[in-house]
Amino acid sequence: MNLNDLINLNPWREMDRIQRQMNRLFDNAWTPERGRTYPALNMWTNEETIKITAELPGYNPHDIHLSVSGSELTIRGNRPGYELRQDETLHRQERVFGEFERTIRLPFEVESDLVEAKFQNGVLNITLPRAEADKPKKIQIKLSQ
Amino acid sequence: MATTRNIQKRETDTMQTTERTRSGKVFTPLVDIYENNDEMVVMADMPGVDEKTIDITLEQHVLTIEGQVKPYIPEGFNLSYWEYEIGDYRRSFTLTDTIDRDKIEASYKNGVLMLKLPKVEPAKPRKITVKTS
Repeated sequence: MNLNDLINLNPWREMDRIQRQMNRLFDNAWTPERGRTYPALNMWTNEETIKITAELPGYNPHDIHLSVSGSELTIRGNRPGYELRQDETLHRQERVFGEFERTIRLPFEVESDLVEAKFQNGVLNITLPRAEADKPKKIQIKLSQ
Repeated sequence: MATTRNIQKRETDTMQTTERTRSGKVFTPLVDIYENNDEMVVMADMPGVDEKTIDITLEQHVLTIEGQVKPYIPEGFNLSYWEYEIGDYRRSFTLTDTIDRDKIEASYKNGVLMLKLPKVEPAKPRKITVKTS
């Protein structure tokens, strides 16, 4: 940069450019992530079992589908919206509707036949027992005399 | 597929509301509000609330909804990963219409609180003439 460039440099335009670059950076970084992490999940574990909870208010339990393969769990769901009558006016709409699908990796393989799920007051609670084959085994060391 | 869902629970700014005697976090439930000629309808996502703890008050023109959530801590487990927090729900609204408070209906199903607030028959407009002296 020579002296001439420095004189021509417009600090406001420069700041604007940086701002736009920052915006683009954040748009790319955050937007897809938000979509992927619905619903938010909590995971409780011990040696034998995993418990996963998710808040799914307004979902009908029949519209929530779970599938397990090995150490991957997929949750799918659909919350249909509602239609307003002609004489009804919407003041506020913050709740979200539509379909979602989320797959997560579990800390160990689970027995897919023994997976249980409960849905109460809009909270999904999934219990996943560890696969027998995946359980840590104690190995006896034989002593040779 | 929903890509713009906002999944973050919003914590209520407790400085702005009445002080509480219960410990723990308080969240602002997401709501839909619509109205027709006869009533106002409020639907609030309040997952995990114990139905018996739901409290609805209408004071002056301020409607407040509240619900308590029991923390979930399964015995013999460790929380190994979390994306959301658990807490009570609370939110207030200022209503513009006069509501017939005796006829308010509330129901709670699958984590959604639904409130039906019937409007009081509108008073007939009365024309007031300004006397000129």
